[in-house]
Amino acid sequence: MSADVELQKVSVSFGNFYAAKNVSVKIEKGEFFSFLGPSGCGKTTLLRAISGFAEPSDGKILIGGQDMAGIGPNKRPTSLIFQNLALFPLMSVADNIAFSLEVRGTGKVQRRNRADELLELVALSGQGNKKVHELSGGQKQRVAIARALAIEPAVLLLDEPLSALDLKLRQKMRTELREIQKRVGITFIYITHDQGEALTMSDRIAVMNEGELEQVGSGHNVYEAPHTPFVASFVGENNAFYGTVISTNGDMVRVSSQGKDFLAKAGDLKDGKKHTFQKRDKVIMFVRPESIFLKDQINQADNIFSAIFKTIEFEGNLKNIYLSIDGVQDVRCSISNAVETATLSTSESIELKFSSRDAVVLPVGPLAVD
Amino acid sequence: MNYFFNKNGPLISTYLIISIGFWLIFLIIIPQLYMFDLSFRPNIPTLLRGGPDDVYTLVHYKHFLFGSETSGERYNYVDVRVFLDTILTAILITLINLCFCYPIAFYIAKVASAKTARLLIVSLIIPFWINELLRSFALRILFAGEGFINNVLIKMGVIDTGINFIAMDVALYTGLNYAYILLMIFPLYNAIETLDKNQLEAAEDLGSSMIRTHLRIVIPHAKAGIASGCTMVFMLTAGALATPVVLSSPNTFWFTQLIYQWFNMNDNWPRGAAYSVVLLTVSVVFVLLMMKIFKVKIGEIVR
Ligand SMILES: Nc1ncnc2c1ncn2[C@@H]1O[C@H](COP(=O)(O)OP(=O)(O)OP(=O)(O)O)[C@@H](O)[C@H]1O
Ligand SMILES: [Mg+2]
Repeated sequence: MSADVELQKVSVSFGNFYAAKNVSVKIEKGEFFSFLGPSGCGKTTLLRAISGFAEPSDGKILIGGQDMAGIGPNKRPTSLIFQNLALFPLMSVADNIAFSLEVRGTGKVQRRNRADELLELVALSGQGNKKVHELSGGQKQRVAIARALAIEPAVLLLDEPLSALDLKLRQKMRTELREIQKRVGITFIYITHDQGEALTMSDRIAVMNEGELEQVGSGHNVYEAPHTPFVASFVGENNAFYGTVISTNGDMVRVSSQGKDFLAKAGDLKDGKKHTFQKRDKVIMFVRPESIFLKDQINQADNIFSAIFKTIEFEGNLKNIYLSIDGVQDVRCSISNAVETATLSTSESIELKFSSRDAVVLPVGPLAVD
Repeated sequence: MNYFFNKNGPLISTYLIISIGFWLIFLIIIPQLYMFDLSFRPNIPTLLRGGPDDVYTLVHYKHFLFGSETSGERYNYVDVRVFLDTILTAILITLINLCFCYPIAFYIAKVASAKTARLLIVSLIIPFWINELLRSFALRILFAGEGFINNVLIKMGVIDTGINFIAMDVALYTGLNYAYILLMIFPLYNAIETLDKNQLEAAEDLGSSMIRTHLRIVIPHAKAGIASGCTMVFMLTAGALATPVVLSSPNTFWFTQLIYQWFNMNDNWPRGAAYSVVLLTVSVVFVLLMMKIFKVKIGEIVR
């Protein structure tokens, strides 16, 4: 039984400090929903408010349409997977998984059966008698998921559960988590500061910064149509060109940056409309590194400019080329590894191209700091 | 051994070995062996020591169990009863102590803010700067017939005449309980402190009640601390002297008071030694039994 979760203007404060500010979002039944944001932006705080460990200082939390105010964590239809998993080290794997049944007075045999069922779900069949410390990191991960699913919660809350795993395992677990979610069909609310995780797994993503929601949308939406400079710079890599508006034509904006003219499209607003700009407005134009091409790579592109080649970085499947305009504006361009670059030499001036459809203009605002 | 020397350097190593060795041999092993040996010897004047009468004997142990031959009783009911009373009361006091200290230790370790925790720990420790004898007398003043508690109760009109707390041994049990709370609280605190707070929240999130969380998560985690605290409190309570002397009613005897009498008033050191050996043996057996039951190892206890 799945349920939707609705946050209505939720704020959580510690003294005078607001860890979450005025957060409103409706998470649909059966959705895989991620909160994505840098460390310390209030993700855990928000999750604790949903699970009942933190009381919102303002606003309402509804689960399945029911107001959760005053309902303790042990009475909510949610299960939380902790950042450090918090498995019980003195119990066997099966006892861990069946703990929520044990506290509800379920009999031993039934508990054992349910534990076996869940072990199968998370691909750990036959490991029920092991001690927690005998498991690998990824296996512990799966036990934590099984434990949280044992009483069939309506909503599963996951607090960066993959952060302790190494890269390969993390990628494998992403797929697995997504599959488990599809199988059990309940709402997953997932927290992460890793945009790769959020993009690969989620139906929708809420990008958070300093306790506030910056943008809610599908992975495509937040990646391709960022609403704010923070989202544009936090989700994925981006080149930020500071400049001023020269003219506008419908949704297209002509921007002057570093003494060059560029054509780009106006960014989206929350309500689906476009940003509107006046002449001389200070703006930032964002172009993804993979949208910038070397001149002879493509024919058609309405922006052509030249930059000085600095270095090249090999990243396996692709290469990152670092360039600079007049030593002021850094430009990064990612191209497929198949493209020949051996002829490039340092300080050489190179012509680059990008399409105005791949460039987004937004009003000046704070960027995400790495 | 080599490792030990390399780690600490020759000077410090030698100092450590000599000082610990001295402490072990002269302050613990030799006196205990002497007592043990003495407990099997007859009580004869110093002059006759080493003479033909100085042979190993079990008279003192026999006396503890069966009493003097002149008495008509089959067993030494008086002494054995005092002994059993002492052990049982010490067990009871240890348990009460545990129940009393566990919530305090848990509160300090997991609930209180860092500041409150420090304040609580300090206010627990400060009373123990005063020595045991004085603390016992303070309790006597509180519990006496004309004492503070009776006066307050009479003033409030709860009672008409003073309650004799001393005769009812209320004062004694309170005193014994209070005397060693630190030795219970600190091992408990140390053990509970190391529990990850997320474990408590995870249990709660999975629907566990507070009591069950304690039974299934906190207590198993703190088992070694519980065993350690109980062991120390039991040993010290069973072996306490000052508190019983000051607070026990005239007709309650603590086993240590008997031992004290044999040594000092009756000038029968061998018998006193035999009685001590009995107390020590039973205490140690009891502790080992506890460890067996709770499946903790000696190494975990001293942690
Ligand atoms: N109990 C608390 N008391 C005071 N401040 C707190 C408390 N818990 C969190 N905060 C503050 O609230 C802010 C948000 O914390 P939170 O743990 O929600 O961040 P997060 O987004 O989960 O970060 P991370 O990715 O590092 O886990 C932080 O600035 C933190 O210092
Ligand atoms: Mg967090």
